[in-house]
Amino acid sequence: MKCDFCESKASVFLTQLVEGQVKKVSLCDTCAKERGVTDPTGFSLADLLLGGITGELGGLTGGQASGTLGGTAGSSKTCPACGFTLEDLRRVRRFGCAECYTAFREEIAPMLRGMHKGASHVGKVPEGLMALQFKHQRLQDLRSRLEQAVAAENYEEAAGIRDEIHTLIPS
Amino acid sequence: MMRFSTLIKNPADWMTGGQAEHGAVLTSRIRLARNLRRHPFPGWAKREQRALALELMRPSVEALTVMKDAFSQELGDLSSVQKQVLVERHLVSREHAARGEGSAAIIERRQSFSFMLNEEDHLRMQAIRPGLQLSSAYAALTALDTELEATLEFAFDPTLGYLTTCPTNLGTGLRASVMLHLPGLVLSDQIGQVLQAVGKIGLAVRGLYGEGTESLGHLYQISNQSSLGESEETIIRRLERVIGQVAQHEQNAREKLVEDDPEMVADKIGRAYGVLRHAHIIDSKEALNHLSLLRLGGMLGFFPADTIILCDTLLMDIQPAHLQLHSARKLSPEERDAIRAQIVRTRLQNLKSSDTSTPSADGPPSSPEPANPTDES
Repeated sequence: MKCDFCESKASVFLTQLVEGQVKKVSLCDTCAKERGVTDPTGFSLADLLLGGITGELGGLTGGQASGTLGGTAGSSKTCPACGFTLEDLRRVRRFGCAECYTAFREEIAPMLRGMHKGASHVGKVPEGLMALQFKHQRLQDLRSRLEQAVAAENYEEAAGIRDEIHTLIPS
Repeated sequence: MMRFSTLIKNPADWMTGGQAEHGAVLTSRIRLARNLRRHPFPGWAKREQRALALELMRPSVEALTVMKDAFSQELGDLSSVQKQVLVERHLVSREHAARGEGSAAIIERRQSFSFMLNEEDHLRMQAIRPGLQLSSAYAALTALDTELEATLEFAFDPTLGYLTTCPTNLGTGLRASVMLHLPGLVLSDQIGQVLQAVGKIGLAVRGLYGEGTESLGHLYQISNQSSLGESEETIIRRLERVIGQVAQHEQNAREKLVEDDPEMVADKIGRAYGVLRHAHIIDSKEALNHLSLLRLGGMLGFFPADTIILCDTLLMDIQPAHLQLHSARKLSPEERDAIRAQIVRTRLQNLKSSDTSTPSADGPPSSPEPANPTDES
């Protein structure tokens, strides 16, 4: 049997069950080592298959499952924060920084569908952030109540709300 | 600061402090991936940017109460054998070990927690526990994560959760995995069925397979594949439930094997013992497979209960880098096979010879169930 990545004879055979489907990969020694397949600690078949998944969905890898430098360079979308391009994503199947997820949001969405149980996060949220979001929400509520109070010419209530807003935004 | 030799001298807590809750469950491991906001991910960062991120994270991790007097080293300062030993102990990933300057490993004294700084993600933290203890491992690790949040700002998106270098880790950044020793299911040819069922519910089964269906040392790792869309608790609860069932299947398979074909079981275990006890050249694959059967022998009561700890310690000690550390020099593969055989022979010297006439599927009473060092996490 031939290696899935080059023409050499395959000697490492890997099987994983992913979402009920048996995925098999055959590799030669060199490719196995290169891809860290011989190290069960750091290896996920998903990484190998990622190229395939994005390939199937089109657009991202230009249909090239192995994630080689395909597509047209130059026209590639770029992350404004770190300069990572869509081209780089095709090549390494990793992102450059946290902002890339905003920059490539459209491209990411179809990719995640084949990968995760859901499309939006459920679970732990950083505590600082939670406080921040809560504050944000609270401010929005207060501001709309303030508007209503002013519109209703209920100045006493408006003053109270304004005070509360001031406690949330230290000046 | 703890020295490398001090760290490695003793087996990890999770290698010897196991519970006998489920004979088949060796270790539980929880990993959380986190990245810093406004810092490029390590693989894309320039050298100075990586150094900056490391400078930022290292004091925070070292300041964790649990990491008092921890082992903390930049990978560039470790020899390749030392790094490989850490990989064999599952304290750092192989990918991490391949890195040098700008990456660091911070490992708790008892090897229960380890932090990889500037791995694929800025921070990968891990907790390992013996037996089936995913929930408590997660509870311990998430507390450390929360503690770190006070000083480090992690990249987080309300929709995508914790942002990771590889999209397969998005959301919770959680990988929960359990290492199982399933010789009963392998010997009774039920392993394929069981693993297929596990795969159907979206869990990943790993292990290096030969062309057949047996994995090395009958060791299998089951872990969650999806990290986005379900809470940490949901992921862990499902995994624990499934593992409990697999462990029960394994137990049933062992009982049935002993009942149906005691000769076959005794023969396999006895032969494994014979080879281990008398071989002068043994490669790691052969050694692992025989040690697996000897371990089964320990659990079935063919051998004294401490055989299990003996096997688990050996599984770690016969790995290539551990052998080189032991010999204090670089060894050719041939030399390794000879030294491996010698170590195994010596350790088995005092093991009471196999009397396989009255096996019992219940195993010896109150045998401690140590964690298995070959946890292929």
